[in-house]
Amino acid sequence: MKVVITSTAKILADPIDMHFGRAKVFILADTETGKAVAHDNAQNLHAAQGAGIQSAETVARLGAEAVVTGSVGPKAYKALQAAGIKIALVEAVCPGTEALRRFKDNELPVLDKPNSEGHWV
Amino acid sequence: MRGFPAIAIASGKGGTGKTTGAVHLAALLAAQGRAVQYLDCDVEEPNGHLFLKPQIEASASASIPIPAVDAAKCTSCGKCAEVCEFNAIAMLKKPLVFPELCHGCGACALVCPFGAIRETPRAIGAVEIGCAGAIAFAQGRLNVGEPMSPPLIRAVKAKRIPEAIALLDAPPGTSCPVVATVRGADFVVLVTEPTPFGLHDLHLAVDTLRPLGRPLGVVVNRADEDRRVQDFCRARDIPLLAELPDDRRVAETYARGELLFDRLPEWRGHFEKLWACIEERL
Amino acid sequence: MKELVVISGKGGTGKTSLTASFAALAPNAVLADCDVDAADLHLLLAPDVRRRAEFRSGHAAVVRAEACVGCGRCAALCRYEAIAPATRPDDGARVFAVDAGSCEGCGVCVWNCPVRAIDFPEQACGEWFVSATRFGPLVHARLAPGAENSGKLVSLVREQARGLAQEEKRDLVVVDGPPGTGCPVIAALTGATGVLIVTEPTVSGAHDLARVLELASHFKIPAAVCVNKWDLNPEQTDGIEAAARTAGAMPVGRVRYDQAATAAQRLGQTIVEAGPESLAGEIRAVWNNWMNLMRETP
Repeated sequence: MKVVITSTAKILADPIDMHFGRAKVFILADTETGKAVAHDNAQNLHAAQGAGIQSAETVARLGAEAVVTGSVGPKAYKALQAAGIKIALVEAVCPGTEALRRFKDNELPVLDKPNSEGHWV
Repeated sequence: MRGFPAIAIASGKGGTGKTTGAVHLAALLAAQGRAVQYLDCDVEEPNGHLFLKPQIEASASASIPIPAVDAAKCTSCGKCAEVCEFNAIAMLKKPLVFPELCHGCGACALVCPFGAIRETPRAIGAVEIGCAGAIAFAQGRLNVGEPMSPPLIRAVKAKRIPEAIALLDAPPGTSCPVVATVRGADFVVLVTEPTPFGLHDLHLAVDTLRPLGRPLGVVVNRADEDRRVQDFCRARDIPLLAELPDDRRVAETYARGELLFDRLPEWRGHFEKLWACIEERL
Repeated sequence: MKELVVISGKGGTGKTSLTASFAALAPNAVLADCDVDAADLHLLLAPDVRRRAEFRSGHAAVVRAEACVGCGRCAALCRYEAIAPATRPDDGARVFAVDAGSCEGCGVCVWNCPVRAIDFPEQACGEWFVSATRFGPLVHARLAPGAENSGKLVSLVREQARGLAQEEKRDLVVVDGPPGTGCPVIAALTGATGVLIVTEPTVSGAHDLARVLELASHFKIPAAVCVNKWDLNPEQTDGIEAAARTAGAMPVGRVRYDQAATAAQRLGQTIVEAGPESLAGEIRAVWNNWMNLMRETP
């Protein structure tokens, strides 16, 4: 299964980014092979409007079936739902490797409603 | 000048007396037997009605067109999402519309190769018309929580009666809603106060409005010994239309939502002079 | 970290004068001026600009007159009345031109011009700054005259202020918000910890307060209310405070009508610095009451 982990840097072992919409890097990891590839999200990081929506589109384009992050705003949530992408949450910053392990072991709660206030724009 | 003029009353800073100016000019002109219309374009906080107390005769909802995707025709090609400058359409398995981000430009419907996008209205507020005695009245009321005011301002201005002097009460500030109001006006009255904030915001308002090429004039409200606004007007070659004195009784009358002329008759003279000054420049 | 926003609905109620005093009273805060249309806080805080950056947002259409064939398709499609006929200076031909102030930046004309004669450059919409002041760091901005998107600039200023607070381990962001209820105010409010509405006892103040309270409750933000110049109309003040309570907002104090507020402004000082103590004390009480209220808010 392909999973996106929101990250503050390019390596899976780096701390995860707690905000989905404006995450610096998306790391696409394969739960079977353990392979991980970093995708820059800087363009969305600075998007004036609809960063969360654009991020959701990016994740869908990468072919991920789930996202592991800290918080998701209402618009990104709606977009991820529409794409059929599962959202798993960590409660605090941890290395991406740790987040991925906990996701695989089904230790992370799956989000069923947005858990952050959207910035309006 | 041919026809009846449209005069916008604006201010960079809020609370300088813009609405007070507009409603009293309306009241004065009506009392002089002239055809006058007051249009409240401060649609985020329309306050003129509190003083003019109009009878509202008709109210219509104002809307912007937003896309609705016909799933049967849509092939998920993604062109609509690509063309939207406002990120209001996301292309996931199918296009997903975010109505609150849509500016109603119609790009998506135009670009769709399959005719799968139909536009439907989304209400953003209401336009109300009526009259306050002899004053024709129109105002916009933006729905609370609604970000986009310029389409509603344009809807209010569409209610303009060509056979009357139009007084457009503009929103404060210097951004797009002010420009939407002032555009097409024959004259702009900028109301300010003799304080550092008032002067600074007047400066910004002049920088905003000058490029629109509309003639401008300044009213100094609550005038006192501080002459920096007057000096600024002289330096920038902007006519000073009036200096209205600082008077706590005005603040108290305003607080109650009453017009000044009954209680403070000398104020009729101030507005007569102001109007004469505006008329001379039309 | 808490993010506290001061707004007013109606302009000119004294919001910025009070916010400047709050800046002086807040011990460990980052300050943010989100009234980017008519930013005045800097007039009292005398910022020393340490960092400045351009604010770019969106695009605007520009017709290349030399390439325009004058078909008028752009003007017919534009929904913002931003395109009108013009005369080409070189040969007097009828072409079309975009009024930059009215352009929404949607691109409809750009994509639909049959001869691709319309450019779509990115817009410089203003500047934002990070400054040092005698009360701590200030993030502020200047919107270009007539520019659009002040909501986006508001979001940017808030984001920078929050980032700075995190970096410098400050636990509070105090925001001077814009007037009105539209785009910039919504951008200033969403996700904030609490909002203080500064109003005045006038029919306009009461009317606008009702709309702003509705907005605060729409975004589920705990609201406090301060009636400035309360003695202009004591009955109206009572009414406003009662209405605030009914709407679920907490009155946190009254401030009197006093010319000293203008005098302080002329000195470039906050009221708590310039005095008199009678007025400053009332403002301090408002701040303390609001802080006590916010202490219980997560």
